[in-house]
Amino acid sequence: MRPPVSRPAKPHLSFRMRPEDLLCPTPRGLFCPPADAYIDPMRPVERAFVTHGHADHARPGNDAVMATPETLAIMAARYGEDFCRTRQSAPYGKTTDVNGVKVSFHPAGHVLGAAQIRLEWKGFRAVISGDYKRAYDPTAADFEVVPCDLFITEATFGLPVFRHPPAEGEIAKLLDSVDLFPERAHLVGAYSLGKAQRLMKLLRMAGWEKPIHLHGAMVRVTETYQALGIDLGETVRVEPKERAKLGGAIVLCPPSALRELWARKFPDPVAVAASGWMRVRARARQKGVELPLVVSDHSDWDELRRTILDTGAEEIWVTHGEEDALVHWCGTSGLKARPLRLVGYGDEGEADETPLEEAAEA
Amino acid sequence: MNRFAFLLDRLSYEPRRNAKIRLMADYFRETPDPERGWALAALTGALSFRHAKPGMIRGLIMERTDPELFAMSYDYVGDLAETVALMWPGETRANRAPPLSEIVEGLHATAKLDLPKRLAAWLDALDETGRWALLKLITGSLRIGASARLAKTAVAALGESHKPDDVELVWPGLVPPYEDLFAWMEGRGERPFADDPAPFRPPMLAHPLEDADFRSFDPQAFVAEWKWDGIRVQASAGKDADGRHVARLWSRSGEDVSGAFPDLVEALTFDGAIDGELLILRDGRVQTFNVLQQRLNRKAVTPKLTAEFPAHIRAYDLLFEGGEDLRELPFSERRKRLEAFVAREANPRVDLSQIVSFEDWDGLAAARLDPASAGAGEDAAAVEGLMVKRHDSPYVVGRPKGLWFKWKHDPMTVDAVLMYAQRGHGKRSSFYSDYTFGVWTEDDEGEKLTPVGKAYFGFTDEELVELDRFVRKNTINRFGPVREVAHEREIGLVLEIAFEGIARSARHKSGVAMRFPRVARIRWDKPPHEADRLESLERLIEERENA
Ligand SMILES: [Zn+2]
Ligand SMILES: [Zn+2]
Repeated sequence: MRPPVSRPAKPHLSFRMRPEDLLCPTPRGLFCPPADAYIDPMRPVERAFVTHGHADHARPGNDAVMATPETLAIMAARYGEDFCRTRQSAPYGKTTDVNGVKVSFHPAGHVLGAAQIRLEWKGFRAVISGDYKRAYDPTAADFEVVPCDLFITEATFGLPVFRHPPAEGEIAKLLDSVDLFPERAHLVGAYSLGKAQRLMKLLRMAGWEKPIHLHGAMVRVTETYQALGIDLGETVRVEPKERAKLGGAIVLCPPSALRELWARKFPDPVAVAASGWMRVRARARQKGVELPLVVSDHSDWDELRRTILDTGAEEIWVTHGEEDALVHWCGTSGLKARPLRLVGYGDEGEADETPLEEAAEA
Repeated sequence: MNRFAFLLDRLSYEPRRNAKIRLMADYFRETPDPERGWALAALTGALSFRHAKPGMIRGLIMERTDPELFAMSYDYVGDLAETVALMWPGETRANRAPPLSEIVEGLHATAKLDLPKRLAAWLDALDETGRWALLKLITGSLRIGASARLAKTAVAALGESHKPDDVELVWPGLVPPYEDLFAWMEGRGERPFADDPAPFRPPMLAHPLEDADFRSFDPQAFVAEWKWDGIRVQASAGKDADGRHVARLWSRSGEDVSGAFPDLVEALTFDGAIDGELLILRDGRVQTFNVLQQRLNRKAVTPKLTAEFPAHIRAYDLLFEGGEDLRELPFSERRKRLEAFVAREANPRVDLSQIVSFEDWDGLAAARLDPASAGAGEDAAAVEGLMVKRHDSPYVVGRPKGLWFKWKHDPMTVDAVLMYAQRGHGKRSSFYSDYTFGVWTEDDEGEKLTPVGKAYFGFTDEELVELDRFVRKNTINRFGPVREVAHEREIGLVLEIAFEGIARSARHKSGVAMRFPRVARIRWDKPPHEADRLESLERLIEERENA
């Protein structure tokens, strides 16, 4: 079933390279010894390559950070301009030489600025996907297939039960509900970086013209998006005393805010949540959600499998999520695969949904 | 079917009563006959589908997926119908989704042998919500949190001037797909003729009372009675148009439970409606809930069973007498009517709930702590607490504020160690939420934990997430849906278990059985070896027996 991928000859490969010579999992994160750099390190390091701005991948306090210009802007907005000592901008497609390792960043389709990182050393090519998706998202550059020998993938939704429907249909569900309950406020819990802006853009495309109301924790990152050229229409910060007047409004907030006192001051609020987890009823109900929307920033089962095949990689490492099922599937498809069991990325995938700084900003 | 599935899906998440009614009314308004009538039948539990066995559904999915991936998915989702609905390879969509009416008719017309093929074709043609709803319906495990009563209320909302009780009164004479009912509601037809002589009337419920709550109330304004530990029921009876006597037993939520208690229903020869507690009485003595539970556990209601576990009603209230609606009267008036009614009927299966006299709140508190010396006598073990009602309270549907209160026993507690966990049901189906816990005991091999009960509530949703994570990280063994969790002297989790009662039990290995055990606190701070011992539970039983 694998698509034919022409494999380039490897003339300078005089000995058999092991993938571990280029990359190895450590408690601080994935380490690349020849480049002396960590990818998405969990603790401050001297040199970090950062895939994207989510809190579990991009942390402050590193010495030198290489990332896409958008990710650097997002990190500066979230952590302050001094989030690291030196920044190195890596626009999509540009190759930088780091101690003989060719490093390039390629669109991951996950959130604005999200990248897969490609490392090439002695003819061996590894791609670290970070988080990625292939579904349509008007606020992020489309995922690019990057051929490689070693593909390192996430597996947040790595079970066959996870199939994300087209987001447009989920947006239609929200608008139908607003029609049926026009006097109630619809509070949409969504991760504040990426998911929220994607929803705003999709609402605009579905014809929602009224202002979109934002919880305080959403404002700064939304402004960053707008400053980076994403048009989201009129967005308004929710003032506490205005809440009671927002019947009929669509309000975006961090998922955690749905269950806080803050949410109860709206007129008969409908608790909406947009997340890939909403596909499983028990997960949605456990979070007290009344209108679950299956909208995800991550690849679903079909996208994960398709992408693994598309890269043509012979070896697959799985970083975080439901790695067992994906590793099992790789095995049945004749691919060498191993789970890395890295801890710290989206604790069971859900930390992405409730990052720490949102609680602080709320 | 997809539209109906969408309704079920929304209902299953919607907590608000009024919003549920609106969702259903909206559906009934937009959906033509007979589709909406079959939907109403499904919502009111009036449809009996040919139940597909889980094994058949498992067989269908196994033919279409990798067994290991299915097992991992099922373990994650925790619910068979949902797992199958989500995993079903839905690439080949038919041009149209089958309507509910086609499915209902198809299920009746399809021979058992052909059912898997037929079902697979429907599943191919539906989206995942449709598949979920269909699988839930045909396995008879659809729980969407909307009662039959609520569905009828939504039907009543279609008309301008109809009340839910109007629907309730004609309901027993109707059959799906209820075209005559919808026509009547929409002003296009006559009222269907079918007066129910033994209808359900929604009950009045009480608020829980905390000790400090009511000290400011005037004790003279209230009356107290025992809260018996049985099943709250409504016994409704009267004559139909042909002069035949009809009697029914309704549960609190409006389910007709007559079939489970034929011995009692047969004895309801009066004309009226009583609100009371269903209890097992032997030689005039009220048996504990454990005994009632034994009757409920039996599937077949045989003469032997009814003789061994005779069902009675202890009457709390009189709602109707003859055709007269008493619900507007104050409690004290209704009580006089009830006393006269019970005395006149002299029915050996129906007796009167006793009033507990008290001067002040301290006096009542003493009665609550010691029902045996406050009038309950030998029946005290079946007392669950007190009901405190205002003298002047009318019988109001629902849970009105400030009229009725329930004041339960203080629970007992024990520190026990988590031993096994099992996935829960409903909204907890993807979490390990049923916990078997044990206490320490000693046998020939030394100190060990012996299981003494199971708890599956009492914790918050946040605590459930933590407990689930603990179970997954500390699993030492798997037996189907059950996980054995590490439980050693130093490694394991202590749960503070609260419970309402405790008794000796030959059926349990430990020899004790608790009533309503629940997780009162998670003792993350406590090492397992500090948990309680079996001897302390035995001591509690002795104290109860000697009291
Ligand atoms: Zn991410
Ligand atoms: Zn992540």
